[in-house]
Amino acid sequence: MADEIVLLSSWPSMFSMRVRVALAEKGLKYEYREEDLQNKSPLLLKMNPVHKKIPVLIHNGKPIYESMIIVEYIDEVWNHKSPLLPTDPYQRAEARFWADYVDKKLSDNGKKIIWSTKGEEQETGKKEFIECLKLLERELGDNPYFGGENFGFVDVSLVTFSCWFHTYESYGNFSIETECPKLIAWTKRCLEKESVSSSLADPHKIHDFALGVRKRLGIE
Amino acid sequence: MADEIVLLSTWPSMFGMRVRVALAEKGLKYEYREEDLWNKSPLLLMMNPVHKKIPVLIHNGKPISESMIIVEYIDEVWNHKSPLLPTDPYQRAQARFWADYVDKKLYDIGKKIIWSTKGEEQETGKKEFIECLKLLEGELGDNPYFGGENFGFVDVSLVTFSGWFHTYESYGNLSIETECPKLVAWTKRCLEKESVSSSLADPHKIHDFASEVRKRLGIE
Repeated sequence: MADEIVLLSSWPSMFSMRVRVALAEKGLKYEYREEDLQNKSPLLLKMNPVHKKIPVLIHNGKPIYESMIIVEYIDEVWNHKSPLLPTDPYQRAEARFWADYVDKKLSDNGKKIIWSTKGEEQETGKKEFIECLKLLERELGDNPYFGGENFGFVDVSLVTFSCWFHTYESYGNFSIETECPKLIAWTKRCLEKESVSSSLADPHKIHDFALGVRKRLGIE
Repeated sequence: MADEIVLLSTWPSMFGMRVRVALAEKGLKYEYREEDLWNKSPLLLMMNPVHKKIPVLIHNGKPISESMIIVEYIDEVWNHKSPLLPTDPYQRAQARFWADYVDKKLYDIGKKIIWSTKGEEQETGKKEFIECLKLLEGELGDNPYFGGENFGFVDVSLVTFSGWFHTYESYGNLSIETECPKLVAWTKRCLEKESVSSSLADPHKIHDFASEVRKRLGIE
């Protein structure tokens, strides 16, 4: 029986894009359903009653949520190709640590750059955001990917932020390429992969989306 | 060659206790080093330079940080006894989700009860805390453990908060047993296990510790 896979998502979400990248890495077909986060569908509310958030993966009727938990699930179920986590337990712990770091630090600091009114909070967010990216760049080192020779778990967790870079740069008034050239080289390398380029949203559309939200929040 | 295991931790930390429970479940011997969080050791700063937090597990000289990442590492390396995560990928995703829920919600909300000055923030914290516990109680259902018939990953993530229940109750003026009797029954069941009872700190000592911190913060 063929697997039935449905992804509840929202096109600008870097978290949803992670799941799209993982599904593409595994060569999986799925039904994509766009959610209106201002008017959540009954399906979303039923499938993720605890957090009511996207992404939600529904595999043969059963829901899985939290983007990196979904990615790990995908990696375990479809383990016949493109492994995202390494086999060695220590390297797995390291990969989980860095994906967790991206989740804990990058998103919240990035939000301060885009969604706060100009001022001290935005400056702090920008400074911490750049520090986070620099730390990640050091972790990458001279490897082509965070997964070493191969695109892996940490690459999935971070690459989807790259389509938001233009928006962070625009509102934060800084250049990520100037601050972290190796990291930008890494994003370009990732974008050469079909699984990434077909899953990431266009940076200019993201910028327009952010502008729309800022107007709605009354901060534009 | 015997494994060399060192745990950097602090005795009141529910996060540090999680690692102790996991190590005890696997029957592992280790060196415990108490950290003074007001005066962090060079070893801690070297082993967890990113977050500078406990717990840190050092296995044959290599550090692993973030409590549930450490627990998963222990489960993978010493996989010959007491498995903490199930083998089925969907059940593993569910376990990771609930451990993540405990991390995202319980700790931060619990802090509002203990560390904020009396008032609206504390009342909100208390209300949300009880809602979280009720949701977890619902998830437990009629199973002896969150892991089903066996003590598992989610049990490890949550049971160590039980040493702090008396403190939450005291400062929040609530009774967790009244609100969530099944959950308190579960904590007692867990405490019958040597791995848990030998790892959790005494609730009255925790209360004294919290009182001291509140005095130091000027809120007692």
